[in-house]
Amino acid sequence: MARPVNAETDQHDELRALRGDYAEKYGFHDDRVNVFETKRGLTEDIVREISAIKDEPAWMLEKRLEGLRHFLATPMPNWGGDLTGINFDEITYYVKASAQAETAWEDVPDDIKRTFDRLGVPEAERSALLGGVGAQYDSEVVYHSLKAQWEEQGVLFLSPEEAVQNHPDLVQEHFGKIIPYADNKFAALNTAVWSGGSFIYVPPGVHVDIPLQAYFRINTANAGQFERTLIIADEGSFVHYVEGCTAPIYSKDSLHSAVVEIVVKRGARVRYSTIQNWSNNVYNLVTKRAVAYADATMEWVDANLGSKLTMKYPAVVMLEPGAHGEVLSIAFAGAGQHQDAGSKMVHAAPNTTSRIISKSISKDGGRSTYRGLCKVYPGCTGVKANVVCDALLLDDKARSDTYPYMEVEEKQVDIGHEASVSRVGEEQLFYLMSRGLDEDAAIGMIVNGFIEPIVKELPMEYAVEMNRLIELQMEGSVG
Amino acid sequence: MADMATLVIDDLHVSIGDKPILKGLSLTMKQGERHVLMGANGSGKSTLAYALMGHPSYDVTSGSVTLDGEDLLALEPNERAKLGLFLAFQNPKEIPGVSVSNFLRQAAQSVRGEKISLRDFSRSMSANMKQLDMKPEFARRYLNDGFSGGERKRCEMLQLLTLAPRIAILDETDSGLDIQMRQLVADVVLAQHERTGFLVVTHYEDVVQQMQPDYVHIMTDGRIQMTGGIELAERLTAEKSWDWVAEEA
Ligand SMILES: Nc1ncnc2c1ncn2[C@@H]1O[C@H](COP(=O)(O)OP(=O)(O)OP(=O)(O)O)[C@@H](O)[C@H]1O
Ligand SMILES: [Mg+2]
Repeated sequence: MARPVNAETDQHDELRALRGDYAEKYGFHDDRVNVFETKRGLTEDIVREISAIKDEPAWMLEKRLEGLRHFLATPMPNWGGDLTGINFDEITYYVKASAQAETAWEDVPDDIKRTFDRLGVPEAERSALLGGVGAQYDSEVVYHSLKAQWEEQGVLFLSPEEAVQNHPDLVQEHFGKIIPYADNKFAALNTAVWSGGSFIYVPPGVHVDIPLQAYFRINTANAGQFERTLIIADEGSFVHYVEGCTAPIYSKDSLHSAVVEIVVKRGARVRYSTIQNWSNNVYNLVTKRAVAYADATMEWVDANLGSKLTMKYPAVVMLEPGAHGEVLSIAFAGAGQHQDAGSKMVHAAPNTTSRIISKSISKDGGRSTYRGLCKVYPGCTGVKANVVCDALLLDDKARSDTYPYMEVEEKQVDIGHEASVSRVGEEQLFYLMSRGLDEDAAIGMIVNGFIEPIVKELPMEYAVEMNRLIELQMEGSVG
Repeated sequence: MADMATLVIDDLHVSIGDKPILKGLSLTMKQGERHVLMGANGSGKSTLAYALMGHPSYDVTSGSVTLDGEDLLALEPNERAKLGLFLAFQNPKEIPGVSVSNFLRQAAQSVRGEKISLRDFSRSMSANMKQLDMKPEFARRYLNDGFSGGERKRCEMLQLLTLAPRIAILDETDSGLDIQMRQLVADVVLAQHERTGFLVVTHYEDVVQQMQPDYVHIMTDGRIQMTGGIELAERLTAEKSWDWVAEEA
């Protein structure tokens, strides 16, 4: 899979040709009359209303209400980023833009279709690089498709609402088991008001060898998006899921608070890649966790480029010997942004291994925080864990902090940790400029080189997209 | 060659911080000529190279530098590169994550101000690498990252061949090279002599012999004290000191 992205490709020129700014490319919004939205603020009635719209069984409503009770009873977290700007009474928790999820692109309402066209979503599907596509607009999935080849092999790629209706056993077996509602305030909130997301089941031995992609779009001002994703990779299977997200630029803040639960059974492998590019008025507070059984591998590739504040720490709980967890993350914090990201690796069985590589870039007063936990339970001998976190500061106003927590309760383990903070050096810049590159191109080259170890893990199209987004960020045009 | 580029350095004074390093250095060189610059450690040879290329910490306090009449000192380093000036660094910097080939192509495109197709670029890069006896895998390595001293110098020469400058300064490119590589570098310099004027900084007479320069300059204390031919390098070998330079200058 390793492929040096910036070797011998035409990418740089493509990137230059694709230059533009966030406002133009993603920051637009559709003026539309939504099919339905709940009243602002959060009450038990609203939770019941959401559940009723989805025609849910009683057990799901019960989970929602438990989530709501816990949410109301839990104080705001007092660590991480500054959450005081969130006003829960101002948020619209459910916005339904279209009547139903379509499986034919033509049937999606015109304005929504145009939005996704503009974002390149159906194009990506037609390009045969994807095995399936989902598109969510505000609270509901408006489009979903899975190529016949995978459907025939029993792969499910659905909205979670559909899964609740048609595969209730699978949902009940796993929903809220990996991330219980009581895990944290935002997981509780998501449990109460969740809507949309993805449900994926891959049967034993099936390898979905091209990615499934979901695209998330917030359109309505002050709306919250609370998607819920559940992925179950049965024994010996493989799937790569990719999500992207953007939102219009509004003066008021939006809240995106997702929960993603993943089960990786014996010998299976799941890769979950995120290119998070929310506009700078979005609070992005997401809980992501996977459990990995014997010899299973879970990989999170997590890029956080947008949002006002992101707090996200993808986790892997390794439950049986031979399980492997991996997090490759990139964060880019520009003016007014705080990326508080990292990961959690929980070694709950002997001979499990994990690797974290985190790269952050900060400029113009932006702030990146790496917050990671590596936990090894007693008796888990033979654990190997390695953490590398590197921060690159592009100017004197930028800030970077590292909080690597280690809770290791076993002696026979091999744990490595390295952290570095560097600045774009005058000598490096001079060297590159002496070869004809202007200052921006030289900084861009240094930044692209810095994130290369992670970008090279992405499929080609995403690698190009990633470099393009980084370039947008460098121009400081986001938000 | 129709218009031979001319680099004119006139009474150049350069300071680092408050410390004057170059104290009135003058030198004129043309495309097609080979000049060797020798001088004591710390006499200011690298300072001259950096100041010519436009390093921001090197303050030109007086004097002028022109390339074909154009005021070099008013230009950013990248603009100087576009005019055809090249510096092979004494200590090239590492740029992790950026492959040699990607870097070279971007540099070539910037200097020429036009897009170069991947195919054309790959072809010329392979030829250049062959000339320098470099393995193809080298192109995929990250720029100077973990390179041996000799590999760094060879990579500087690869950049020189790629950018085909009109005036090139080689700041001790010979140091750290084995005997065979030294000869190779000299061969490259000789092969390029029609399109490039060279200012070769070295401490070694045998390198001077290999380069067959038109001029040898001896520098002490921030100034060129003497200009002559190869015999100056031979004298240096015989004297094993700089004292005679001050006495005879
Ligand atoms: N960044 C700097 N800060 C302070 N002094 C410097 C700096 N760079 C160079 N100098 C000083 O300037 C003087 C000239 O240095 P320079 O590197 O130009 O010498 P050189 O002739 O290239 O020597 P060598 O033969 O050892 O390479 C030396 O005294 C050196 O210590
Ligand atoms: Mg020197």
